[in-house]
Amino acid sequence: MAETAVKEKESVFQFGKKERKLLTDPLNDNNPITVQVLGICSALAVTSLVYPSLVMAIAVVFVCAFSSLFTSLLRNYIPKSVRMIVQLVIIASLVTVVELTLKYLNYPVYKQLSVYIGLIITNCIVMGRLEAFSMANKPWRSFLDGVGNGLGYGVILVAVGVVREIFGKGSLFAGSPIELKIIGPTANYLINTTDSVMFGWYANNNLMVLPASAMFIIGIMIWIQRSYNTKLVDVS
Amino acid sequence: MEFLNTFIKAAFIENLVLAYFLGMCSYLAVSKSVNTAFGLGLAVIFVLGITMPINWVINEYLLSESGILGVDLTFLRFILFIAVIASMVQLVEMVVEKYSPSLYSSLGIFLPLITVNCAILGGSLFMVSREYNFSNSIAFGLGGGFGWFLAIIAIAAIREKIRYSNVPPALRGLGMAFILTGLMGIAFMSLMGIDPAAFSNG
Repeated sequence: MAETAVKEKESVFQFGKKERKLLTDPLNDNNPITVQVLGICSALAVTSLVYPSLVMAIAVVFVCAFSSLFTSLLRNYIPKSVRMIVQLVIIASLVTVVELTLKYLNYPVYKQLSVYIGLIITNCIVMGRLEAFSMANKPWRSFLDGVGNGLGYGVILVAVGVVREIFGKGSLFAGSPIELKIIGPTANYLINTTDSVMFGWYANNNLMVLPASAMFIIGIMIWIQRSYNTKLVDVS
Repeated sequence: MEFLNTFIKAAFIENLVLAYFLGMCSYLAVSKSVNTAFGLGLAVIFVLGITMPINWVINEYLLSESGILGVDLTFLRFILFIAVIASMVQLVEMVVEKYSPSLYSSLGIFLPLITVNCAILGGSLFMVSREYNFSNSIAFGLGGGFGWFLAIIAIAAIREKIRYSNVPPALRGLGMAFILTGLMGIAFMSLMGIDPAAFSNG
């Protein structure tokens, strides 16, 4: 025990096996959405297009990483009884920073995300990680844990966004500078050959535009993940 | 009658869970039995119904430029809203612990987690972005809470029954809950065409 403590003092920013595990674990075995069931709340309604979900994912990674870092730095000074409020204030200030930055950088996307940016505050994944990890761990490792969980969350978000946008709108990255039309009569990339448009018959599936489809997609993702990773299956 | 309109709209047509996916965490985690779902649903109605008007007053008279301070403080909105919500939840926790210890122990961690139930903060933020007036904000709070209550009771009842069905093992539990919520969302969408004014005008 004493030995490890000395080791950690030598290099604060070490990046070994344990640290890598902190980053990669949330991507599969301990995914915030499909395994921990945290943070489904705020973001499913924004995944009908890829671009806003990508922005949302970046925002969550940022908030998650830095709130973990700050909470971990302050962990010895926060009284137990008011820790929830302190954590919420940290998260809320970071989210305010994100909100104002996004408003300045990209107003259309800000309008599109509307209240959901503010709802990162109550995204259970941020608070859940603070409570479960940062309150008991060193700053650097908490930071990595925050990044990992933010990424695990973002990956699912973007994956759902890709499926919904391709089948619902026939495009990818609509609204961003690199908008692509993938399938449908106006496709101009990938599946379009010079003289004939493949999949030109495809009509947009309006079910995918509805928020309910996000639930189906995540349900199916959980199904696939648990078929491969049988130790995650619910026994009850 | 505007009160009733907003109530019906918030409870059925724009249901917080099934149309906006707010409050999903506790919705999925506490919906294993109808009894606990019932208790949590009541607590959410109460917290939403009480924080909404308080946040309305704060937003209108403290934060906006025409308020008593005369400065635009809207950037403090998130912090103040969440502080109000956190203190209200603390209050509810104390009351429940005193009057219903069995409910208190069965809700466990999810009672303090109402603070981070997105439906509560989301409701307040929707209230601001839709520019409701005071009475409408009360109606929206109560209606939204009632809609959340209905949704969690419904899913809990379905999950109690589906436990005896032959669901593929990998889909059992969480996966099935997601798909059921999706189906319920589609069912609730059929209410979308309703004009709430029809109720009050007769």
